[in-house]
Amino acid sequence: MKALVHITLKKGVLDPQGKAIGHALLGLGFPSVGDVRQGKFIEIELAETDESRARDAVKQMCERLLANTVIENYAIELRP
Amino acid sequence: MNSAVIVFPASNCDRDAADALAKVTGKPSRMVWHGDASVPDDIDLIVLPGGFSYGDYLRTGAMAAHSPIMKDVVRRAKAGTPVLGICNGFQILCEAGLLPGVLMRNANLKFVCRPVPLVVEETQSMYTRNYAKGEAITVPVAHGEGNYFADEETLDQLEGEGRVAFRYVDNPNGSARNIAGILSENRRILGLMPHPERVCDPLTGGTDGKRLFEALL
Amino acid sequence: MSTPITPALIAEHGLSPDEYARVLALLSREPTLTELGIFSVMWSEHCSYKSTRIWLKTLPTKGPQVIQGPGENAGVVDIGDGDAVVFKMESHNHPSFIEPYQGAATGVGGIMRDVFTMGARPIAMLNALRFGAPDHPRTRHLVSGVVAGIGGYGNCMGVPTVAGEVNFHPAYNGNILVNAMCVGLARTDKIFYSAASGVGSPVVYVGSKTGRDGIHGATMASAEFDDASEEKRPTVQVGDPFTEKLLLEACLELMASDAIIAIQDMGAAGLTSSSAEMASKGNLGIELDLDHVPQREAGMTAYEMMLSESQERMLVILKPGREAEAKKIFDKWELDFAVIGRVTDTRRLVVRHKGEVMADIPVMALADEAPLYERPFVQTPKREPIDPLSVPQQNDYGATILTLVASPDLASRRWVWEQYDHSVMADTVQPPGGDAAIVRVHGTLKGLAMTSDVTPRYCLADPVGGGKQAVAETWRNITAVGGVPLAYTDNMNFGNPQRPEIMGQFVGAIEGLREAGLALAYPVVSGNCSLYNETNGQGILPTPTIGGVGLIADVRKTATMPFKSAGEIILLIGETRGHLGASIYLRDICGREDGPPPPVDLAAERRNGDFVRGLIASGRVTAVHDCSDGGLALTLAEMAMAGGLGAAIEPPKDLPLHAFLFGEDQARYVLTASAPQADAILADAERAGVPALRLGETGGAALTIRGGHTVAIAALKAAHEDFFPKLMG
Repeated sequence: MKALVHITLKKGVLDPQGKAIGHALLGLGFPSVGDVRQGKFIEIELAETDESRARDAVKQMCERLLANTVIENYAIELRP
Repeated sequence: MNSAVIVFPASNCDRDAADALAKVTGKPSRMVWHGDASVPDDIDLIVLPGGFSYGDYLRTGAMAAHSPIMKDVVRRAKAGTPVLGICNGFQILCEAGLLPGVLMRNANLKFVCRPVPLVVEETQSMYTRNYAKGEAITVPVAHGEGNYFADEETLDQLEGEGRVAFRYVDNPNGSARNIAGILSENRRILGLMPHPERVCDPLTGGTDGKRLFEALL
Repeated sequence: MSTPITPALIAEHGLSPDEYARVLALLSREPTLTELGIFSVMWSEHCSYKSTRIWLKTLPTKGPQVIQGPGENAGVVDIGDGDAVVFKMESHNHPSFIEPYQGAATGVGGIMRDVFTMGARPIAMLNALRFGAPDHPRTRHLVSGVVAGIGGYGNCMGVPTVAGEVNFHPAYNGNILVNAMCVGLARTDKIFYSAASGVGSPVVYVGSKTGRDGIHGATMASAEFDDASEEKRPTVQVGDPFTEKLLLEACLELMASDAIIAIQDMGAAGLTSSSAEMASKGNLGIELDLDHVPQREAGMTAYEMMLSESQERMLVILKPGREAEAKKIFDKWELDFAVIGRVTDTRRLVVRHKGEVMADIPVMALADEAPLYERPFVQTPKREPIDPLSVPQQNDYGATILTLVASPDLASRRWVWEQYDHSVMADTVQPPGGDAAIVRVHGTLKGLAMTSDVTPRYCLADPVGGGKQAVAETWRNITAVGGVPLAYTDNMNFGNPQRPEIMGQFVGAIEGLREAGLALAYPVVSGNCSLYNETNGQGILPTPTIGGVGLIADVRKTATMPFKSAGEIILLIGETRGHLGASIYLRDICGREDGPPPPVDLAAERRNGDFVRGLIASGRVTAVHDCSDGGLALTLAEMAMAGGLGAAIEPPKDLPLHAFLFGEDQARYVLTASAPQADAILADAERAGVPALRLGETGGAALTIRGGHTVAIAALKAAHEDFFPKLMG
């Protein structure tokens, strides 16, 4: 199956890239743009059919490498 | 003193660090490959040098912190061997959990290379004992991700325990409380963004960094 | 299943009907699609130099110091003690316009590979950048992308970026220039070349995997832009400095052994040009089996693999039997390593894929037999001289200086070079901002001085004079820091050579380069041509960028620009005639770009330069700065700003003040010395036949020119530093 991992900065952590993107969008003429946060999106092919084992494995990956939980949150989505 | 410099893939200040140490100690520094299982037993100082280990991909320092050698570096650090992390080395120390906090993208999103004035905040450490408290020194920075971040509680604790070693006079990257370098709880691990190894020669920018290495003798 | 070769397909590959007829004659049959692709890239302007070869051959390339002149990946010059400096400049103009970050980044990566392919460790980078008008809607985006791309790649490599140029002119609105230069150090007995030898030797592919990047980049770089080329984005290559750093270390590690016969990087036209060049230089053949090429994407065709411009790849010919030893090194650095072919004695390039021969071409058809054109050209008409008295004067030259130090071409470039790591390797003796950067030869007291220069508005006005001036200015900048100029690399950026007036600019510039090189004993050792720099028929300013390298025997004996202390005497070396034609004053203050450029007297250049270099070596001067854009006034302002110290200047009476202050006469230097020393220098100058003039004295917090013209140094500095941050937001 495939794991889709979204990594985002925690609330309250300054996100200069998100800020710059928001600024640029406003400059491009999208006045409705409010707060913008930038994150990472990682796709992982897994040789695994059991969903709970897959989720456990990806959670480990996030905790140990993919995210820095001092500043980042992660969300895992699994697709068969 | 026997020193070792860990070489990660795309470390690029490894030679500069080894040269600075050799100049001060009179002995060549041991270059230890990141894929090795252990740091030689007779090593009294481990240096994690600057660079772009793993291209700074994913997060700066994140992948290097999981290199094979790091298990032994962490073990040695916990047993009291001094560890100095410069720039990327500081980032790796944070990612490896040997120092608190994290280094984020510079606030203005730009890489910055310039000599910056620093204030020596703390002289009670083997690295900073040759400076005077409050002394102003000039050391270059060269990084895109040197914006030190930790929660307020951690910052208070670092300050309360006298573990902020250096502060920026004119903050170049947005670091919390102008922090440029911090010490571990046992004060034997120092992580800093500025490059003391680049200022060990009056011909190339000054000698303010040399005193940090001399203090280790 | 073969693709029919139609006239439309031939045209799409940039081959003219005549050129295609030549392909048919050389092969005695119709080419396969793969062969058509190979001919198309090898016969492109970028790889074949078909419009420029006959002119480039006229340049002086020899000297006792030259170990390797043009024709290899980079030039090699002897600097004594068994050390050699290896350098070259190359353009990445078109890709940088389409995708500034990746275009500039891969430009840096490509030129570094050219240097380490020769066995040299890169020790410094320079960049000459030309952008459109500051207020053009794309300029900011391009400046920020190019600067970030150069930094992103060079910083990761751990090679200091120490010097360069940034200019703005509307002529570059639709076609920016990104010229990157790399300087490396090698041992004279460990230089590596690209000529194949040893029939049967394995041809080895190392580095990154091959993907569908930049297919037809080399042909793109040889065709004019039009608005549709914005859509060519997918073919721009993406750089991976991390892999390049590993490739550098792995190659240098392999080079420490004696396993390599020849090595060549895969730059433009990747596998095609590297294999064809190695075979043609060795007068041998090469057979490749593409089944063994490390591939990043599934289902790649022979055509795609031969034309891919994936970065961070090298082709190596090893001594037979050394494969395992070499593979071990590349395994350690986690890089691909594959034997993909062997050297043959057939003098043919044979490409197999899945058991089928996809290309079989006589190597000479791709190299020596490539088209060669003697394009028609017309000389650029001479411009009428300008009488200074016809040029408006100002009431307050303090205000004029203040305007000029903050103008786009003269403002501080700190915003740019602080984004480049310029102190890594801990050998940078003079960082960016001076006349030339100085990088120490590691572990010695020797240094290398380096600079890049050209004044495109001079080249437009008079290509011969502009070409001479560009070479002379690099020579002068190296001299101004105390260096002995050794040799230069050229990066010839011009418009469409099929237009006779553009070809005339090229031919003229080459003549200027030739004269200057001969007169200054300063040969060219490497270079690159970038033609078709036009958008919708609008050509750029002719821009022959020169990258000069000089030797400093003792880095403790150099000169810097800042005024050092108050009460020192300011001297001007060289003759001032007040030449305002094609000057910055004329353009930025009077709004005119007419007139001829200042004449370049190469004998005076040499005499004055040798005199100044002697003063630096003997420690008699405290600051030195050459006079260039903006004339004497800007030279003085820059020395004052750098030192945070003012000066009082006494202008001579025989020239109109604006001509004295802003005339751009060549072969001049401003220096400072103690009062007794200054008298002695003036006397020595007279004996040596060197024009010298006492200008005034350092001191105070303002730059003052007698006659009521004053500007505060603090105001100058603020304006000077403000331009870039304000432009870039």
